[in-house]
Formats: sequence, structure tokens, C-alpha cells
Amino acid sequence: MESLYLLIPLSVGLVLAVLAVFGWALNEGQFEDLASEGERILTADSTSLDTDQTRKRPSPEK
Amino acid sequence: MAVRAASKPATAMAPDLASSPGSYTDAAVRCFALAAVWWGVVGMLVGVIIASQLAWPELNFGISFLSYGRLRPLHTNAVIFAFGGCALMATSFHVVQRTCQTRLFAPQLAMLVFWGWQLVILAAAITLPLGMTQGKEYAELEWPIDLLIAVVWVAYAIVFFGTIGIRKVRHIYVANWFFGAFILAVALLHIVNSAAIPVSLTKSYSAYAGVQDAMVQWWYGHNAVGFFLTAGFLGMMYYYIPKQAERPVYSYRLSIVHFWALIFTYMWAGPHHLHYTALPDWAQSIGMIFSLVLLAPSWGGMINGIMTLSGAWHKLRDDPILKFLIVSLSFYGMSTFEGPMMSIKTVNALSHYTDWTVGHVHSGALGWVGFITMGSLYYLIPRLFGQQQMASVRAIELHFWVATIGVVLYIAAMWIAGVMQGLMWRAVNPDGTLVYTFVESVKATYPYYVVRLLGGLLYLGGMLIMAWNVVMTVKRGKPAQALIPTVTLALA
Repeated sequence: MESLYLLIPLSVGLVLAVLAVFGWALNEGQFEDLASEGERILTADSTSLDTDQTRKRPSPEK
Repeated sequence: MAVRAASKPATAMAPDLASSPGSYTDAAVRCFALAAVWWGVVGMLVGVIIASQLAWPELNFGISFLSYGRLRPLHTNAVIFAFGGCALMATSFHVVQRTCQTRLFAPQLAMLVFWGWQLVILAAAITLPLGMTQGKEYAELEWPIDLLIAVVWVAYAIVFFGTIGIRKVRHIYVANWFFGAFILAVALLHIVNSAAIPVSLTKSYSAYAGVQDAMVQWWYGHNAVGFFLTAGFLGMMYYYIPKQAERPVYSYRLSIVHFWALIFTYMWAGPHHLHYTALPDWAQSIGMIFSLVLLAPSWGGMINGIMTLSGAWHKLRDDPILKFLIVSLSFYGMSTFEGPMMSIKTVNALSHYTDWTVGHVHSGALGWVGFITMGSLYYLIPRLFGQQQMASVRAIELHFWVATIGVVLYIAAMWIAGVMQGLMWRAVNPDGTLVYTFVESVKATYPYYVVRLLGGLLYLGGMLIMAWNVVMTVKRGKPAQALIPTVTLALA
């Protein structure tokens, strides 16, 4: 079963990579205000965005 | 553009227009959306042809490139990679721009992805009937085409992730996570499984051998189902169902949990395709256990999608697009329940190698992948051509019912045929001899093959109605420019 020597490290590596991306998303604040994110796509076509949703993160003390 | 915007009644928006970021780049989206409809018709037509060959084998007319063995990979490649692939590329390029509120990163490269992908499809349509194949299911294409796929896929990834990189909204909408996972996973799967040693331009041998090759193949094969046919289409689901229902996702939190759970577990389910083979028993058991675990995240997504309609169920009554989208989720729920059940070894002992597997695949492919794609395209295509809705809403309704009856006939016929075959093959006389010869089971399957063909014909008929409707819609409209909403810091 030599193929498992390739597939298992590959899959484990992938899980670690997924974990890293998850950590990045968590740190970046992707999951901070989930309640309003679902609504955003319904209003985004017509209204302007507010500051804290522009690309730059708001200042930390806020 | 300033002229267009100035004619709008909302003059309050006027000051923002000076810094207007322009309009979305939808050329590639339009091309891919129309190509998806075209390849849908072609792929399903080939499916109908091979379904009739199974009922009446003489229909290959003794011509080698019309034989079942060569047309079958053409059918699977056409519906998965041409129809499904074009639809995924159209919707991912559309959704990523809308949710990131920015133009595509490198729009010219996006057009190159379109033409590159069409070239791959064309190459498949020529080489597969000629019998050039690597013999790996869903990865039949020979190595030069595999290389082309890799190049096109990298370009696709650059456009998609580049667009995420230049996004104007900090939060990355959940649909983009699904599309992103689909793009990255498929790249990895394709590269590992297609590793081969070429002996000529049209022939190569897999880099793996024997059971190793089988394991790599089904690691690829099942994850192709998981990431191509599930994650990508869930990306569609999480954008187009809320948009069409005009309601936010039932639980945005669940959508995030569902995403990470699915991504973590899918990679390990592949061995269930190799139950009772030379693959070590423990590897088979791992595959079975992870397949069973997958039920939870799969149903999380299904419930989340369907419950998005909660409080607005009445919309389902007269909106055929929502019917497509919601019924697709019921088929998703059914096939993601059926899949884990079939991965249980004792069930698999009955179901494997029978037409039950074919029924299972088609309940996912026709019911889930097909319906979510059709619903999303019915939402998308009129908007791409400056229309409010499709040329004929009644035709969408007709398409929905014709296709639904088709799917039900198809999967019911295959379920009955599959269980019957499984029981006939395992029936043993008291003296240990088989009760039935194989050909007796083939003969017994004949009526179900005819019913399956009828189901396939109805499904193809629905697709033809869609193609007509799309042509009428495109004729009526013209390519539309969609403005990107202005990001105003002043409002804060």
C-alpha cells in the first residue's frame, strides 16, 4: 500500500493547510459579525458600504 | 456611464459618482453561462444515446467510435466538466465580483480561461470517441490535455483569488469559501491523479500501479465528487438561493461551520469505492467511517439552504426558479443520505457494481448538480443581458416539471434494477452453485433500462426547453453593464 504513503501525508498536510487558513480567517476577523454578513448580499447592489466593511480594518480601539 | 447613472432618479447618489469604481466585468460570465447551456444539451444527449445502447446494444451500429465504452466517458466528461465546469466558472466569476464589490482581477485572463476550457472540451470530444484514454474514471483524458487543464486551472485560480485579493469588502462571503476550496482541491487532485509516464503523444501509463493506482484513483474520484460536484455547487447555492428568495441565509453561522466541517472530512472518504478489493481492510473501514461522518455537514448545508425559505414558503408556489433551487437541495439531502448508507460495507456488498450506484450518482447529478445549476442560470442569464426575467417564465415551470418527472423515473428505475441485480448475483443454491447466470440479470434489467431512457429523454427535453428560453432571452436583450456600488467613507 505504498500509495497511502503519498495520500495520507498529502491529506494530513491538507488538513494542516486548512487549519492554517482557518486560523488566518479567525485572526483577520472574518467571523466577528456573522449576523449581518448574510444580509449584506441582499442590500449590496443598492446601498453604499459603511466604513468598517471597507477593505482596511477599523482601528483596534474601536 | 455617467450619462446612464445621471438618468437615475436617485440624485442623492450623484456625488459618489466621481469616484465610481465602474462596472463589473461580465464578458467571461456571459460566455461561460451560455456555454454551460450548450454543453448541457450535448452532454445529456450523449447520455440519452448510451442509455438507449444499454437497452438496445445494436444502436452502436458496429461503429467503434459510437460504441458504449467510448461514448460513456464522453458523456461523463461533457456533463461534469463541460456543463458543470462552465456553470461553476460562470457563477464563481459572477458571485466573487458581486460579493467582493470589485471587478474581476485580470479580465483578459478570465477570457483566456474561457477559451482554454473550451479547447479542453473540444479535445475531449475528439479523443474520447477515438479511444484515447488513460482508463481512469472521470480522469480519462490523455496527458497533453491534462497539461492543458492544469494551465487553464492555474489561470482560473489566479483570476478568482486575485479578485478576492482586491476585494472592497473585508468579509469574504461564504460562497467564495466554497468556490475557493473547490478550485484549490481540484488542482491538487488533478495533479496527483494524472501523474503518468507518456510513451507517445496519445498514450501514457499511470505513475502508480495495481491497488496503489486504484487507491489514488478513488481518492481523486470521490474528492472530485466532494469538491467539484459538491463544494462548488454549494457556492452557487449560498448566493443564488438567498438572492432569488430575497432572504438571507437561514443561519450564516451554520454555513461557516458546515463549510469547515465538510472541508476537513471529505478528503478521507475515497476508500469506500474499493470495499472488498485488494485494498487493506482497515483502509476500507476508515473510508466507511469518514463517509458516515460526512452525513452531518452535508445535511447541515441542506437544512440551511431549505430553511432560508422559512417564513416565505409561499414564494415556492409561483416561482419556478426557487422550485429548481429548493428541490435541488432535497435531492442533495437524499443523495448525501444514500451515499453514507451505501458506504457501509454490508450495504455495499449488495449495491456495488449494480445499477444502484448509477441511480445514486444520477440522483446527485441530475437532481442536485443539474437543478441548482439550472436555477442559478435562470437567475443569472436574464441579468447578464439586461432583462428582468427569462423570456418565458412558464417555460421554466414546464422545464421544472418535465425534469423532475425525468429524474424520478431515472432513479426509481435504477434503484429497483440495482437491488434486483444485487440479489440475483448473490443468490446461491443449497449445493453452493449460483441460482442465476449473469446474463439472466441483464435480461431482467431490460425494462428498467427502457424506463431509465424515458427519464433521460424527459430530462434532455427539459434542457432543450431551457436552451430555447435562453436563446429567446438573449435575443430580446443585449449584454448589460452592471455598476459596482460605490464605497463611500463619508457615510460612516
